[in-house]
Amino acid sequence: MTLRDYAIRYGFIVLLVGLIAYFAVAADGFASPQSAVFIFQSVAITGVLALGVTATLVVGGFDLSIGSVATSAMMAASYAMVVLEQNAIVAVIACLVIGVIVGLINGWLIVYMRVPDLLATLGMMFLLLGLQRIPTEGRSIATGMTMPDGSVANGKFSEAFLALGRHRIDFFIPNLIPVSVVVLVVLAVLIWFFLEYTRFGRMMYAVGSNERAAELAGAPVKAYKIWAYVISGVFASIGGILLAARLGRGDIASGNNLLLDAVAAALIGYAVLGAAKPNAFGTAVGAVFVGVLLQGLTMMNAPYYTQDFVKGAVLVVALVFTFALSGRGKR
Amino acid sequence: MGADAVFHVEGLRKSFGQNEVLGGISLDLFAGEVTVLMGANGAGKSTLVKVVSGVYEHGAGSMRLAGKAFDPQTPAEAIRAGVVTVHQNINDGVVADLDVATNLTLDRLSGKGASLLFKPANVRAEARAVADRMGLAIDLRARVSDLSLADRQMVAIARAMAHQPKVLILDEPTSSLSSAEADRLFSLIDRLRGQGVAILYISHRMSDIRRLADRIVSMRDGVVSGIFDQKPLDYEGAVNAMLGRKIHLDRVVARSSARAVFTAEGLQLAHGAKPISMTLGAGEVVAITGLVGVGKTALAETLFGVRRPLAGTMHMDGKPYAPGSAREAIAAGVFLVAKDRAASGIVGGFNIERNISLPFLKRMSGLGVMKKRAERVAARRQIDELGIVCRSEKDELSALSGGNQQKVMVARWMSQASRLFILDEPFQGVDISARRDIAAKLRASADGRATLIFVTEIDEALETADRILVMSEHTIVGEHRNAEIDLDRLLAEVAGGPLHSAA
Repeated sequence: MTLRDYAIRYGFIVLLVGLIAYFAVAADGFASPQSAVFIFQSVAITGVLALGVTATLVVGGFDLSIGSVATSAMMAASYAMVVLEQNAIVAVIACLVIGVIVGLINGWLIVYMRVPDLLATLGMMFLLLGLQRIPTEGRSIATGMTMPDGSVANGKFSEAFLALGRHRIDFFIPNLIPVSVVVLVVLAVLIWFFLEYTRFGRMMYAVGSNERAAELAGAPVKAYKIWAYVISGVFASIGGILLAARLGRGDIASGNNLLLDAVAAALIGYAVLGAAKPNAFGTAVGAVFVGVLLQGLTMMNAPYYTQDFVKGAVLVVALVFTFALSGRGKR
Repeated sequence: MGADAVFHVEGLRKSFGQNEVLGGISLDLFAGEVTVLMGANGAGKSTLVKVVSGVYEHGAGSMRLAGKAFDPQTPAEAIRAGVVTVHQNINDGVVADLDVATNLTLDRLSGKGASLLFKPANVRAEARAVADRMGLAIDLRARVSDLSLADRQMVAIARAMAHQPKVLILDEPTSSLSSAEADRLFSLIDRLRGQGVAILYISHRMSDIRRLADRIVSMRDGVVSGIFDQKPLDYEGAVNAMLGRKIHLDRVVARSSARAVFTAEGLQLAHGAKPISMTLGAGEVVAITGLVGVGKTALAETLFGVRRPLAGTMHMDGKPYAPGSAREAIAAGVFLVAKDRAASGIVGGFNIERNISLPFLKRMSGLGVMKKRAERVAARRQIDELGIVCRSEKDELSALSGGNQQKVMVARWMSQASRLFILDEPFQGVDISARRDIAAKLRASADGRATLIFVTEIDEALETADRILVMSEHTIVGEHRNAEIDLDRLLAEVAGGPLHSAA
């Protein structure tokens, strides 16, 4: 391997390690377990969404609706518990069902209606952004809110549901790891194993790389594509559950950045280990990378409004790594 | 004779790196004549067209147009000088989202002397003049994207003719037209011929060639291999010159088969085509040959379940066989190495091992989890057996030569046993040694299955097959056992001889 190969392969990991080392020295309190956990917690929800969108990138598609699926799931969970006075299990199931249905519709639009993926999921994004406001006429959902018909919603977020966002598991230090981080790690391992080690994941990569070859090799290409959008929808709805559990209310103003952050993490993932293709490990590293950078800068008192600029810059650098240096973007 | 030719090409050469594509072409085109250029894939036709139309620069040699030196540096320059080309891909010649009138006058919207403002009335008047000159009966306000392929083709040609060229080059203009649509094109060409345009017509379709040709020029391996201008034209001679006939060092010993594996009865591939019936036996290698566009790929895809026949039935080992997808065909033991490996075979992101295992992931996994060892073992065995030149089974396919890439494609489908093994143009873009390796391996492993290869080059059929079937006009027109073969009859069948002139 030449120096250039090493740079392509390990460049981004080295950058991440270097960044951590720099912040550990420069920012007081950065190098602590609590800080590490905080980083993971800050990227847990976008990380889950990013892992989902990775599945659609693998089959050569894209899912722009993940952000609004997450907020729709959040609103649905809130509505189920606060207005309909249901328990946590019902709320979670309602969210997952929304994820599956949206994924199926996205897949159907793209595969059978032949709508280009970006446009289909863009349309779905708008549709959901509007839909989630209709049941409450545009109001956020919280206990004690007044409903459109004048009644008062008296349901509460159940303790079990809130625990998903707030409970911390003992890990050497008491009350260290939040449930959301555990969810992120478990889902990351799951999707990584699925994509790298099962025949289904392998075939999804084949579909993304050469659809006709996959079809002539006997793969049900349409089914694989639809499944990818279902995976994406379900992951996004899990992200929505975590968001609702963290906030404890159905806030129509939250979740604005979810889509862009998640997509950035997945695209940064292309550059990790010189993969030059969507991959679950890279996506996870990409999410953590953004988390580390923002946490470090925040601890060094960088103003909050510089955050999006920093994320954008990282994304552009990562894309240059992927497409220009490795020369594999064009084929 | 060269003196009164409108367009004269002398000793034209063109190389891409080490690879000489045109090895000294000399060609004359005469006013009011249709010269047909024939040549197999890779003979250099497209390169010649691109040199003449100013897309490529040429090496040695010269071109003269109406007595003056002609050496275009850009396509626009060639057009201004009077050499206009309508390329194979129709949509390259028209702008789909604009209306017919704008398309016909498109070239006047830019360049010197174009007015700054766009005046619809002027455009329509000019377009009307062009359309009338061509006898074009199309609504000038229609959007090109709403037109049929044939009408788009007419617009593209009319647009080209708006320059009033001396030479018109048509590159396979009928490849996507129906026969009724082609007839309209032919009457347009007759009209242009009457107006004294010198036309170079590139085609594989014998029916087109019989209808239009005043002269035929055959090309092979970058040189002109035959010029035919004596009436009546010697079509078989032209096909022969294009496909060539070499002395075969490695002729096969033809085997015959006793046990039928696959049978087809009354298989109809296209409207108006005669049905196909055939039997393929265990242990024999059968080649189907024929020109480009006679339905070879359609037949391969029908057998593999990617395309439905219009009529007819098929049987595998005596049981009815009607695959609805590639998946069902593979399950029945029918494998296909598809034509054009880059578009329909190679998975670019995968290494050799993963490309080979692609269709058989289920057989190489347990509970959905890939057995990487089984995959590696299968890949190594195939690399060994086919002599694939690579560093290891982890190599990317982009690192391999064309011949080795093709070997990987063949290896993919040889890694598991099949009942009917179909290869569509397996030797395309493959060097001679890889071609011999693949052919030898096909013959050595043929026992127990039926093997069917589709090739345009007769040489390849002669080198590989026990039995040769000839296709023309979407049906099978001849059958030969590959021993003391009557090549003249075979060539006549490929050229679609008088027997089938009715079609």
